[in-house]
Amino acid sequence: MADPMKIRANMMGDKVVVKVLMAHEMETGQRKDSAGKTIPAWFIQNVTATHNGKTVLSAQWGPAVSKNPFLEFRFSGGKAGEKVIVTWTDNKGDKRTDEATIA
Amino acid sequence: MQKLPQVALVAVAIGCGLLAGASTAQSNNQSGDATIKEIEKYRQALGDGNPAELWEARGEDLWKKKRGPKNASLEQCDIGVGVGKVKGAYAVLPKYFEDTDKVEDLESRLVTCMVMLQGFSYADAKKNPFGSPERKADMEALVAYVTAESRGMKMNVAGNHPKEKEAYEIGKKMFFHRGGPHDFGCVTCHGADNQRIRLQDLPNLTKKEPAQRAYTSWPAYRVSQGEVRSFQWRLFDCFRQQRFPELDFTSQGSVALTMYLAKNANGGVLSAPSIKR
Repeated sequence: MADPMKIRANMMGDKVVVKVLMAHEMETGQRKDSAGKTIPAWFIQNVTATHNGKTVLSAQWGPAVSKNPFLEFRFSGGKAGEKVIVTWTDNKGDKRTDEATIA
Repeated sequence: MQKLPQVALVAVAIGCGLLAGASTAQSNNQSGDATIKEIEKYRQALGDGNPAELWEARGEDLWKKKRGPKNASLEQCDIGVGVGKVKGAYAVLPKYFEDTDKVEDLESRLVTCMVMLQGFSYADAKKNPFGSPERKADMEALVAYVTAESRGMKMNVAGNHPKEKEAYEIGKKMFFHRGGPHDFGCVTCHGADNQRIRLQDLPNLTKKEPAQRAYTSWPAYRVSQGEVRSFQWRLFDCFRQQRFPELDFTSQGSVALTMYLAKNANGGVLSAPSIKR
């Protein structure tokens, strides 16, 4: 089971600013270990964020994204007290969903 | 009538010369300052999404989780400001503890609590102190959690107890001691202004302000390693770079050197866990 995400969502004017920190190795598949064997690729492929059942962000990621990625985005139509739900799925099928309340 | 413009011209020429001279001198200074300011901006941008927060969260869980042969949490651990108190503890460490009759830094105190409260063997408590992608270290997570609880506070190491004074003096000796195959010491890199290792500025730890800034930014998330590194790791790696014998984790020497550097940073505001390249 993957470690939890750290999500912050704050109102800025009429927009919601969401900052997400994800715990993931994001292995490219290009590196070799100390024995010279290729370390298999292992990275987040899909990221979605929903608010009131509506998708506000959908992203396809690749191995070029850094380890422990940080994602910041904004959307309109949110209000303080409502929830933002973020989900990622990696290429091994592992999944993690966390939520944050807009402040 | 004809003379006037000439005088004016000369005056203008001198004026220009002065201005030009002044502006080149200024631009030299400014470009240096501007670079530092830009690096500072970059650090702030990085700090916004500091992955150390992931370690802090994991450390908080570990702190509260019942573990070890005695199935106890660390919540009853006294790390410097009383039993069960975490806030502000990192600002007063290292410190003399009566129960062990030793000066301990954060890491050695955590080892003590893991032995006394949770029933781990001493060897188990201090093994795997530094994490790698294959094996996360609990110690670094705990350290991240505890130090984050002192963020924004001023370093305030007492150092009045005879054993604390002794540790400070030993640490000072270690800092200035040169040895090993390269005749190196901490002071070789950290005893003068404007020293660098590759592109990294090295703080002059014999001066108050850089010493404060350096100490208060550790532990830190190292982007190049993808791990949070504790102060014990910082010293361990400095020793490796000096080609000294391996610095034993939480050894008396490592604590003494920490004591020297921590006390010299008194008054500095803790910003750890920070983020470094």
